[in-house]
Amino acid sequence: MNNLYMAPSPHIHSGDSIGRNMYGVLLALVPAFFVSLYYFGLGALIVTAVSVASCVLFEYLIQKYLMKEESTVGDGSAILTGVLLAFNLPSNLPVWIVILGAFVAIGIGKMSFGGLGRNIFNPALVGRVFLLISFPAQMTTWPVPEVMSMNYTDVETGATILTLLKEGSGDLPSYAQMLLGNRGGSLGEVGAIALVLGLIFMLVRRIITWHIPVAVIGTVFLFTAILHAANPAFASPPVHLLSGGLLLGAGFMATDYVTSPMSRRGMLIYGVGIGLLTTVIRLFGSYPEGMSFAILIMNALTPLINTYVKPKRFGEK
Amino acid sequence: MLKTFHIGGIHPPENKLSAGQKITQLNLPKQVIIPLAQHIGAPASVTVRKGDEVKVGTLLAKANGYVSANIHSSVSGKINKVDSAFDTSGYSHTAIYIDVEGDVWEDYIDRSDTLIKDKLMTPQQIIDKIADAGIVGLGGAAFPTHVKLYPPPECWATVLIINAAECEPYLTSDHALMMEKGEEIMSGINLLMSATRVGEALIGIENNKQDAIRHMQQLAKEYRGIKVVPLKTKYPQGGEKQLIEALIHRQVKSGELPISVGAVVQNVGTAFAVYEAVMKRKPLIERVVTVTGKDVARPSNFLVRIGTPISQLIEAAGGLPANTGKIVSGGPMMGRGLTGTEIPVVKGTSGVLLLPEKDAKRKPARDCIRCAKCIDVCPMGINPTALMTATEFSNWEAAEQNHITDCIECGSCAYICPANRPLTDYLRMGKRKVMGIIKSRKA
Amino acid sequence: MILIAVISLGVIGAISAIFLYAASKKFEVYEDPRIGLVQEALPGANCGACGYPGCAGFAAACVNSNTMDGLFCPVGGADTMSKVSVILGKEADGSAEPMLAVVRCNGTCKARPKINRYDGARNCSIASALYAGETGCSYGCFGFGDCVTACAFDAIRINPETGLPEVNDENCTSCGLCVKACPRNIIEIRRKGPKSRRIYVSCVNMDKGGTARKACDNACIGCGKCAKECAFGAITLEYNLAYIDYTKCRLCRKCAPVCPTGAIHETNFPPRKEIKAPATNDTNKI
Repeated sequence: MNNLYMAPSPHIHSGDSIGRNMYGVLLALVPAFFVSLYYFGLGALIVTAVSVASCVLFEYLIQKYLMKEESTVGDGSAILTGVLLAFNLPSNLPVWIVILGAFVAIGIGKMSFGGLGRNIFNPALVGRVFLLISFPAQMTTWPVPEVMSMNYTDVETGATILTLLKEGSGDLPSYAQMLLGNRGGSLGEVGAIALVLGLIFMLVRRIITWHIPVAVIGTVFLFTAILHAANPAFASPPVHLLSGGLLLGAGFMATDYVTSPMSRRGMLIYGVGIGLLTTVIRLFGSYPEGMSFAILIMNALTPLINTYVKPKRFGEK
Repeated sequence: MLKTFHIGGIHPPENKLSAGQKITQLNLPKQVIIPLAQHIGAPASVTVRKGDEVKVGTLLAKANGYVSANIHSSVSGKINKVDSAFDTSGYSHTAIYIDVEGDVWEDYIDRSDTLIKDKLMTPQQIIDKIADAGIVGLGGAAFPTHVKLYPPPECWATVLIINAAECEPYLTSDHALMMEKGEEIMSGINLLMSATRVGEALIGIENNKQDAIRHMQQLAKEYRGIKVVPLKTKYPQGGEKQLIEALIHRQVKSGELPISVGAVVQNVGTAFAVYEAVMKRKPLIERVVTVTGKDVARPSNFLVRIGTPISQLIEAAGGLPANTGKIVSGGPMMGRGLTGTEIPVVKGTSGVLLLPEKDAKRKPARDCIRCAKCIDVCPMGINPTALMTATEFSNWEAAEQNHITDCIECGSCAYICPANRPLTDYLRMGKRKVMGIIKSRKA
Repeated sequence: MILIAVISLGVIGAISAIFLYAASKKFEVYEDPRIGLVQEALPGANCGACGYPGCAGFAAACVNSNTMDGLFCPVGGADTMSKVSVILGKEADGSAEPMLAVVRCNGTCKARPKINRYDGARNCSIASALYAGETGCSYGCFGFGDCVTACAFDAIRINPETGLPEVNDENCTSCGLCVKACPRNIIEIRRKGPKSRRIYVSCVNMDKGGTARKACDNACIGCGKCAKECAFGAITLEYNLAYIDYTKCRLCRKCAPVCPTGAIHETNFPPRKEIKAPATNDTNKI
C-alpha cells in the first residue's frame, strides 16, 4: 500500500500528446508529398530528406550540447519543421542551401527562443524567408513539372503562376493542372487537392480548428473577388486560391500552434490579417508571393492579439 | 438536438462498468469511524461520550452554526472513543469510533417500504426535517441542503433543477438509484418543490442512461410539474452553472449564485435522501457508493453505512487489484486521491475508483505549445494556460483580471493538455490565493 | 541644394525641440530628489520586507516621515540605515539585530520514510492543499522549493541529499519572503546570534509523541526534557512541541544533549569537550 500515487484531480488524461499532434500533421502532409514526388521526382525526395535530417540533427545537437537538457526530438516537431521547410523550397535547390535553411529554421527560428512552445515565428518560415532574401536567384527558379524526373539541380526551369501574373505574360496552367499540382512552384505547395485532403484530415482528427484556414482562404477569395470585379486585369479568386503557397500556408503554416492566437476570435482576426496581407503583397508588392511574409507579420502580432482578444467567458454578454 | 451547455466541455471514455448492477446492501463492519466534518462548513459538535450506547439514528453530533449539518449514528453499538482520524487528505480530524453490536434502530424511524406520496406540510416543516436529518448534497461537494433551500432575501426561485447528469466517468450510483428508487425520488422532488415554493422541476439526465430516462419519464407522468430532460453526454454537465444553462438556457453570471436566474439545484441522490428524511424520518446514515475500476473483479453499487472503511467496500467488490496505482474517492475528474483504504465512507463519498498504475501515473509535463485546446474545452471560457503561468509566477493581479475565480476546477484543461501540464493543479491553488486576496481587500 | 537641406533639417530639429520642451514642462511630475538618493543607497531588491511596496516606496516613506522610527530595511541592515540617515539628516532606527531565516524541519529522506508517491505539480502550496504529504508527518517540509522560488537573494537551496531547504548565512537578509511562501510555516526568522550561533528546535510537528516519532526519526516528541533543563525559561512546550524563544535563550547548550531525538539543533558552536549524552545532534546543519 506504500506506493499509491497521489495527485490533485483530474486523475485521467485524454492521452493526447505533442507527438500525436505533430505526427498527425505529418500524416496530413503525406498526400502532398506524393504529389511532389510525382511531379518533381528525385529533387523533391532529396530536398525533403536533407531538410528533415538536418532539422532533427540540429535540434538534437542544440538541446544536448548547448541547452544541456533532455532531447525531445522524438515528439516530431523538428521533423515537421523540416518537412514544412522543404515544402516551401524549389525542388532543385542545392543541398548546402537546404542545410543552411534548416540551421536558421531550427537554430534561430526555434531554439534561440528556448525551444518548442517559446518561439515567436514559425521556424520553417524563418528558414524559408532567410533563404529567399539571401539566395534570391536559387530560390526563385522553379523546376517545370516533369513526371517522375530523375534529375535534381539540372532540371528545366520555368515560371510559377504568380510570376506569370506579375509579369503579365505567358499562359496560365488550366484549373485541372492547378488542382492536381501540375504547375511550377515550391515542392509541397502545388498539389491543391492533396493539401485540401490533408486539411480535412486534420480537422477530423481535431488537430486544428477551422477558424484560421477558413479565415485566410475566405479573406483572399473575397478581397481578390472585389478587385477582380473592379478591374479584370487582376486574376480571378480561384487562380489566387490555387496558386502559390496559399493552401499550404493557410492549412499548415498559419495554423502552427505556437505562433497563432489562442482564442477563436483571435484566430479569425489573425486569419483575416494573413489573407489581407497576402493579397496586398501579391497584387501590389514587388514579390510575386506574399504568404510567408504575411504569416510572419501576423506571428509578430499574435502576442498582441492574445492580450486583447480573450475567449468568451461563461455568463458574459 | 439534445440539450447541453454551450461553452467547452469534453467527452472522456464513459467506463460505466457498474451500470446495470443492482444496489446491494453491504454487510455491517465491526467498527465505524464517523468524522465530524463531513460537510462544507463548521464541523458538528459532539453530543455523545465514550462508552455511550447508541442505536441507528441516534444523534452523535449537532450542527454547529448555520452552515453545518447534524451527524447521526449509522450503526448500533458502543462509542469506543472520540479521537482523531485521518481524513481523505491524510490530515487528522476528530471522529467518533463506534464498535458495532447488532443492528438496532431508533424507534422514530419508519423502516417500512410503503411509498408515501403526499403529506401536508409547510415549507418550513420540510426544511426543518431536512436539517434535523443532516442531509447534505450527495453529489460530492456535501453542502448542507437546508442552507441551499433558504433563498437569500429578495430572491425568488422559479425552477428546481435535479442533477441526474452523473457526468463523471465510471460513477453509476445515481443511475442505479434512479432505476430502483424512482418513485421515492419523485416524491422527494415534490417535497423539494414545496420547500422552495416552485411549480416546476427539471430532471437533467445524460443520454448515456437511456433506461433511466425512460423509467423516470414514465414515473414523471404522475407528478405535476416534473419533467425529465435528456441531455447530450458531455462533461462537466453536472457542474451547477453548466446544468442550469443546459436546462433553462440562462447563464449564471460570474460570482453569482444559481438563484440569480431563479434556479435551485439539487442532486438526485439528495432528493432520495430528502424523501427518506421527511417521509420516513430516516437521517442520512447510509448512501449508495459505486466501487469500480478497469481491473476490479465485480464493479458494484453498494448501499453503505456512513463510517464503513473503504477497504471493506473494495473487499466486497472482489479485492484490490494487484496493479492498483491510485485509489480515488469520487470520480476520476474531480475525486480525491486516497493514501490508504482505512478511510471511512462519508456523506459525500459517491464512488471508490481503483485506477491501474499505468493510468494513474502522470506523464512528465512539457512547455506549453499554445495549442489552445485547454481554452476550447474550458466550460467557463477562461484561459487556463495563461492563468497557470500567472499562478506559477505569483502574478495574482493578472490571475484576478483573467477571472481565475470563475474556475470550477472541473479538470477538463488538464485532461486535454497534450503537453501534460498540471493546469488544474495550478488554477485551483491560484483561485484559492486570489479569493483570499479579494476577501482581505474587502475586510 | 545643401542649404535647403540644412535649413529644413534645422527647422525640423527646432520644432521638435520646442515640442519636447513644452511636453516635459506640461507633464512634469515633481519628485523630491532625496527619494532618488535614498533609493540608490538601498539594496534595490524590491523584496518588500520593510513593509513598503519595493525600495522606491520605502525611500518615499523615509523622506516623507518626520522620524525614522519603525523604518528599517532588514536587507541592508544598520549600515544601509545609517547611510539613509546621513542623506536625510534624521536619526536612524538602528536598534534591530541581525536576523536570519531558519528552516525548522529535519525530516530528511532517511529519517522520514515515504508512504505514497506524490505525482501532482511540484509546488508546496498545491501539495499542501491536497494532502498531508508523502510521509507520515503532516507538518513537515515537502521539499518542492516554494521558498527557493520566493527568495530574491539566492540564499536558500534544496539539498538533494536530504530533500530539505538549507539557508546560506551569508546571503540571507531575513526579508521573510520564504516565510510567507512556505505553506507549512516551517521557516522562522530568528536572531542570527553571535558568530552565527543559534539553538533551535528543528521540528514543527504537533502530533502526539508516538505519532510524530513513527513518522520521522528526528521529530520533536514533546517530552519536555529540554524545558526542564533550561534555566532561563526560554523553552515552552505547547501542542506536543518544544519551542525555544530566542529572546530568552542564552546559548548555554544544556538543552541539546538531553533531547532524545536530536530535534534541537546547534549551529556554528565549537565541538563539545566531553561526550556524555547519548543524543547525537548533527551540528553545523546549515
